[in-house]
Amino acid sequence: MFEAIAFYLFAFLTIAMFYITVTTSQALYALTALAAGMIFISAFFFILGADFLGAVQIVVYSGAVMALYAFGMMFFDTTRELKEKNGNKLLVTGLATVAAVLIVVIFAAPIVGDNITALYPMTEGAGNTQEIGIVLFTKYLVPFELAAVMLLVAMVSGIVLAGKKMDLSLTLMSDAEIRDMKKEKKKKVLS
Amino acid sequence: MEIGLNHYLVLSTILFSIGLVGVMRRKNLLMLFFATEILLNSVNIAFAAISHYYGDLTGQMFAFFVIAIAASEVAVGLGLLVVWHKRHNAIDLDLMSTMKG
Amino acid sequence: MEILLYTALFSPLVGSLFAALFGASPKTLITGIVTSALLGVSLIASTILLVHVITTGQFVQVELMTWMATGDLYIPFGFIVDQISVTMMMVVTLVSTVVHVYAIGYMDHDKGFNRFFSWLSAFVFSMMILVMSDNFAGLFIGWEGVGLCSWGLIGFWYHKESATWAANEAFIMNRIADLGMLIGIFLVYWNTGTLQYHEAFAVMPDLDNATLTWMGIFLFIGAMGKSAQFPLHTWLADAMEGPTPVSALIHAATMVTAGVYLVVRSNELYTLIPNVGLFIASLGAFVAIFAASMALVNRDIKRVIAYSTLSQLGYMFAAAGLGAYWVALFHLMAHAFFKALLFLGGGNVMHAMNSELDPFKMGGLGKTMKGTMILMTLASVALAGIFPLAGFFSKDLILEVAFVDHHFIIYGVLLLTAGLTAFYSFRIIALIFHGEDRHTSLGFHPHEAYKFMLIAMTPLLILAIIAGSFKSTYFEYVTMLLPGTEYHVHSAATYWIMTIGTQLFVILSIAFAYKKYMCKDIKVPDGTSAMENSFKYKLLINQYYIPHFYNEYLVKSYRALSTIFWKQVDQKIIDASVDGIANIFYKTGKNTRTMQSGNLSTMLKWMVAGTVVLLSLAVVFGLAVRHSDEIKTILSGLGV
Repeated sequence: MFEAIAFYLFAFLTIAMFYITVTTSQALYALTALAAGMIFISAFFFILGADFLGAVQIVVYSGAVMALYAFGMMFFDTTRELKEKNGNKLLVTGLATVAAVLIVVIFAAPIVGDNITALYPMTEGAGNTQEIGIVLFTKYLVPFELAAVMLLVAMVSGIVLAGKKMDLSLTLMSDAEIRDMKKEKKKKVLS
Repeated sequence: MEIGLNHYLVLSTILFSIGLVGVMRRKNLLMLFFATEILLNSVNIAFAAISHYYGDLTGQMFAFFVIAIAASEVAVGLGLLVVWHKRHNAIDLDLMSTMKG
Repeated sequence: MEILLYTALFSPLVGSLFAALFGASPKTLITGIVTSALLGVSLIASTILLVHVITTGQFVQVELMTWMATGDLYIPFGFIVDQISVTMMMVVTLVSTVVHVYAIGYMDHDKGFNRFFSWLSAFVFSMMILVMSDNFAGLFIGWEGVGLCSWGLIGFWYHKESATWAANEAFIMNRIADLGMLIGIFLVYWNTGTLQYHEAFAVMPDLDNATLTWMGIFLFIGAMGKSAQFPLHTWLADAMEGPTPVSALIHAATMVTAGVYLVVRSNELYTLIPNVGLFIASLGAFVAIFAASMALVNRDIKRVIAYSTLSQLGYMFAAAGLGAYWVALFHLMAHAFFKALLFLGGGNVMHAMNSELDPFKMGGLGKTMKGTMILMTLASVALAGIFPLAGFFSKDLILEVAFVDHHFIIYGVLLLTAGLTAFYSFRIIALIFHGEDRHTSLGFHPHEAYKFMLIAMTPLLILAIIAGSFKSTYFEYVTMLLPGTEYHVHSAATYWIMTIGTQLFVILSIAFAYKKYMCKDIKVPDGTSAMENSFKYKLLINQYYIPHFYNEYLVKSYRALSTIFWKQVDQKIIDASVDGIANIFYKTGKNTRTMQSGNLSTMLKWMVAGTVVLLSLAVVFGLAVRHSDEIKTILSGLGV
């Protein structure tokens, strides 16, 4: 009973938050609503007994990702209204609904459901974090390392992209401009 | 009133379609990123729910990797967004039409 | 011996390829010299082989390589030099060497000098394959090869509409006949299981008569096309559009005799079916007189010689049909010499007269062109069959064969033809070289051909004179392979009456020709004289209206049919469907191009649409797999 109440409450909250995110014209509202939605989603993870996942959700999304967005938004002129001209609202919602219904059909109809068997069953008595640790560092070690490398690469690229002079494009510049730029660089080095 | 797997799946689908609407409707690139986050999260809910109801940890594993990917995507995406904004002083989606053949 | 065989066979090919290297460049004398020299090598090799075959009486057989080996079918590239093929090799290499040397002078001013020699040598190579092959498949390759080269050489001056037309006509007519030939070869393989001559002929006596008759008929249809026998004869006269050396080599001495060669080569088959042989002989006799009659009035020296060739081919077929294969082969050889000579002489005249071919516009050329006059007169004497030149021995022999075999109708026809032959040969001689000078007033200033061209022609002249004396030697060695029936008229009196009678008849014809065409009042015909308006003349000058008939009834109806197919089937069905497919793609592209607007938002929408489509497919297929049994029962209920 408690579980049901929690589920419906958080479901309502999440949908509401995300709805605001998608529909509001203020970027700040959207950001705030998104952060709230992320936290509400972690509630589902707790309900489902995936404690570690819930913690990660809060830390990574609400902490890191949202902070990143917040910093990013400082660069942009968020107060300026973007003219959101939409051709066909019906088409957009229609497509989304059809896609949603189809996914539900796929999962609800016992096409996929019957074929699922547990590859790594949960161990009784061990905590969630412990179990994850065991599986992650035995069966998923290589993907885990790959993910680590990917994150590193993403971090480096983020730094480089946001760095100096990245707004200049060598391909779009003429040869003369590039020469001038190189000369200036030399001058700076010499001086 | 027992909450089953289907409840979670329906919820996940609803969130996913909200995300889709966002992806299709918004012209603001930043909003597009938000919508993408919604999509990823809706899938995470489905993963976690299936993991729970089938007693299998694979779903959770996938959810972790999805989160990792989302984090890197944000890092790279925002970097690009900053560059774009520096050059064009706008993040309007309609301006990005250099892909036109 | 093998190396000699390969030398004889492949040196023309080497020459052809060498000349082809310079094919597109302007005249380089070296191509002419090299090809001629290589043919000389081939001639020498053939001569040594001839001596070998005569002295030892054995034949040389080699297998170059396997061509086809599938299941029971085994066809090698095998070559044989026996009495028959070595005779043909001698004729081919000798005449072609002479013609090559002659052509160096004749084609002197032609832009396609190198191309000409490439084609000509390629022809000789094909002809060598034809005569040297030891199986029907190789024969057929050579058969098609000479057809192709003949096409290229008749249409050598391809900028002339008439030349290309004649080339195509010759090729198409030969294709019709080749189909018959091919069916004949299939029949041989079907019934004997092999295409090797000796193996196939060894089995043939065991086959039933009807099968053999069909084989003989179909093979002869092939021979009819290549040797331009009625009703496939029209191409030969039109083939005179090609350069004169080509006419001399291909359309007098070698290619057109391939049909005779085929019949001679298949003598073991035709001996088994005398009825077909009689048909061949009758057709030959008919063609002999038929062609001779057309030659009587024609006003084109090359065409006259072409009809004469046709007529002589008729003689050969008459002999071959009556079973006198060695006689046919002997006449083939003798004919090759004097007919090539006649053609080359005609080429000299034509060259002197700036390609003017109407003998009525010449007259009195003997003063300026003494050498050519002597050569052509002697060749005509040989053709007419006056003792002691080659024609006397070979042609009279055919008459004797007909007489001895009691085919008196054929004998009569051939005798009459002999008279006609003498008449038309000397008609053109008289018109060209004797009588009043008619050309100067028309603005021609003839000159004699190059010395070396005349010298090149002398071997042919010598052979045309003395070939007859080889008769007994030739008979001895060739009858090792061919049925060696000797034809002797039983009583000596009859023999002498026949021979002297024939000679007198021929000489009278010659005298009549001189009398009629050397008088002073010969004028260029202008279509007003009574003779030209007579029915006979019109019939003959229009070649019995056969080309007209072909054109009117076959070509035109075929063209009409083709037009229908082109308009209805090709354009409306095939073209339309191909265009339709292309249009579908084109229109799809045109309509979906708007999709690629470059706008990211639109692209995202399309992406979602694509996802929806994929998802629905997943649902449909998932359901289909799940309910496959039910679907099957429903479908079977519907009768699918």
